[in-house]
Amino acid sequence: MENRPLEYDYTVAKMFMLTTIVLGIVGMTIGVFIAFELAFPGLNTVLGSGLAEYTNFSRLRPLHTDSVAFGFTVSGIFATWFYVGQRVLKVSMAESKFLMFIGKLQFWLYVIGVAAAVVTLFMGYTTSKEYAEFEWPIDIAIVIVWVLWGVSIFGLIGIRREKSLYISIWYYIATFLGVAMLYLFNNMEIPTMLATSAAGETNIGDWFHSISMYAGTNDALVQWWYGHNAVAFVFTVPIIAMIYYFLPKESGQAIYSYKLSLLSFWGLMFVYLWAGGHHLLYSTVPDWMQTMGSIFSVILILPSWGSAINMLLTMKGEWQQVAASPLIKFMVLASTFYMFSTLEGPIQAIKSVNAIAHFTDWIVGHVHDGTLGWVGFMIIAALYHMAPRVFKRELYSKSLMAAQFWIQTLGIVLYFTSMWIAGITQGMMWRAHDEFGNLAYSFMDTVDVLHPYYALRGTGGLLYLIGFFMFAYNIYKTMSSRPVEESELQNASPMGA
Amino acid sequence: MFHWLEKHPFFFAVGVFVTIAFAGLIEIVPNFAQASRPVIGTKPVTLLEQAGRDVYIKNSCNACHSQLIRPFKAETDRYGHYSLSGEYAYDRPFLWGSKRTGPDLHRVGNYRTTEWHENHMKDPKSVMPSSIMPAYPWMFTNNADIDTAYATQLTNAQFFGVPYNKPVPMKDGTTTVVKMANSLADAHKMALEEAKEITAKMKDQDVKDAVARGEIPEIVALIAYLNSLK
Repeated sequence: MENRPLEYDYTVAKMFMLTTIVLGIVGMTIGVFIAFELAFPGLNTVLGSGLAEYTNFSRLRPLHTDSVAFGFTVSGIFATWFYVGQRVLKVSMAESKFLMFIGKLQFWLYVIGVAAAVVTLFMGYTTSKEYAEFEWPIDIAIVIVWVLWGVSIFGLIGIRREKSLYISIWYYIATFLGVAMLYLFNNMEIPTMLATSAAGETNIGDWFHSISMYAGTNDALVQWWYGHNAVAFVFTVPIIAMIYYFLPKESGQAIYSYKLSLLSFWGLMFVYLWAGGHHLLYSTVPDWMQTMGSIFSVILILPSWGSAINMLLTMKGEWQQVAASPLIKFMVLASTFYMFSTLEGPIQAIKSVNAIAHFTDWIVGHVHDGTLGWVGFMIIAALYHMAPRVFKRELYSKSLMAAQFWIQTLGIVLYFTSMWIAGITQGMMWRAHDEFGNLAYSFMDTVDVLHPYYALRGTGGLLYLIGFFMFAYNIYKTMSSRPVEESELQNASPMGA
Repeated sequence: MFHWLEKHPFFFAVGVFVTIAFAGLIEIVPNFAQASRPVIGTKPVTLLEQAGRDVYIKNSCNACHSQLIRPFKAETDRYGHYSLSGEYAYDRPFLWGSKRTGPDLHRVGNYRTTEWHENHMKDPKSVMPSSIMPAYPWMFTNNADIDTAYATQLTNAQFFGVPYNKPVPMKDGTTTVVKMANSLADAHKMALEEAKEITAKMKDQDVKDAVARGEIPEIVALIAYLNSLK
């Protein structure tokens, strides 16, 4: 008994794996749909003009961003936490009834919150702030879910057997603290029903409605301090937590450099928060903040590449694994896309480049090579690694996984190349003057020229979505049609042909 | 030190928090009071304009349209004077947007009319033949939420000191007063007065009839808001 490895309890991890896949499908399907709406506007009324209010681009856009960010990605973060946390702290969820209860409560509250968010966004309830569109009652639900997750993290840490916290745990703690701080401050709002009219009437109007505590330029500053760092603490920090665990585990290789991981972690924590100002270049926020935003964005290359290089060098001497295993491919390409988008971002944050890039599709392209290439691929890889272990079954199909990898990679390439061209073309056309000093193009001219790129982008997105369906199918078949393995699996995940 | 931190989760968490909170404090706090001061000529929105602003937000117009003119010749040529911080002093939330799938709207009231907006919202292609903007037919039948707009005005006045019913300095040296209703019934009356001025220039018979009945379709409020953007 003493010499047997610990048995871990993956109940909550499995629940969140399910929402990762379901909400991924929902969010990406909406994304592909609205991408094609821009190329073929007729799709806005595809269900008839009676339902156009709910199939319209503008109503669906926050649904897309929020369901991939707070649905797919956050579910992926939770799913991996409830897997990785136990294993690196060497303690099982089954050892604490309290933590098991909190974990399940967190899951069900999360599901209720997601349902409420979807319904209200369809109805048009939005605060208008990007990635913080939810109205105050849902904000409160989100805060409760987040606090419960904090209880899970620190509860599990409290009863741990391994005293030293592994690198992944640093990043999960940072995710918890960072999002908590950002979300609270950006969503400070006053429900309008609290006001009283001169005639003494109270509870006037819609109880769901609220207005921001901040006005104008301040509101913008707080929003982009949030918006940019939500990217940091949802799309970067927890994903690094994942790759620090799953890549060494799957490849059987030790992390290349401990010192590099230290430098990257503390560097990222310090630098990232300053960079939000790059969303507000040439706006009405003070110049010094814009300049700070620019400079720190460029410095941000250092800690970002520190992590990514650490990952790539972990594969040193073992590159044949990249050729042999599609699962390793996903992770190596994820860290490559991480390097790519953390170089592209700082370039766009340089003021003179931003003058052309801001407000264009190049920004949209940048977001997507990060989210599709880095976040999406890493979460997919994490779930592929977890599936044989939590279900104790061999993965259903390696060739299906390899096909998925190539289809999705092609999708990403189509996506960001088309958006580069679209963004730079439109940015240059907006500012072009003719020989007499008049504007060379009407706004409409600059929209007309984008059509082929919008169609290409939609196609790229569609390929990625098809790959995601292959992923869901592969996981489903793993769960349902593979024989149960006798013992815990080590290192490389076993895969069927 | 780092080895020690890795064995002491509480102090580790405190360390992380201090490191990440630092930047926000330095960047956001010092300028807070100054950035919220209005420039001369900026006045709060009227009740119908507020209802229109809510329609704008409800339909995420800000997903495709910015309200921020950058200080470049190409932008001032196209959209008018570049935006000033104080012009946004009463904007809760701000609506700068981050993507121009369509043009900037910060001063759209200077160069588009009620008639143009009516045609455009009903069928964008009728005024912009290759437009990719969707039509918004439901705005002609759904009614604007005047109650919530009134509650928003009250909240702005009570919690944030937005100067309703007070003289506001204008650019020509005069002052103007934006009135706010005393009661809900009064508010509906005021909104309807404003709506009638808009519908006088509109041609959609159903909208005109609705206003004559005392209802205010969303499109009327939205046009009032767009006209106020100058």
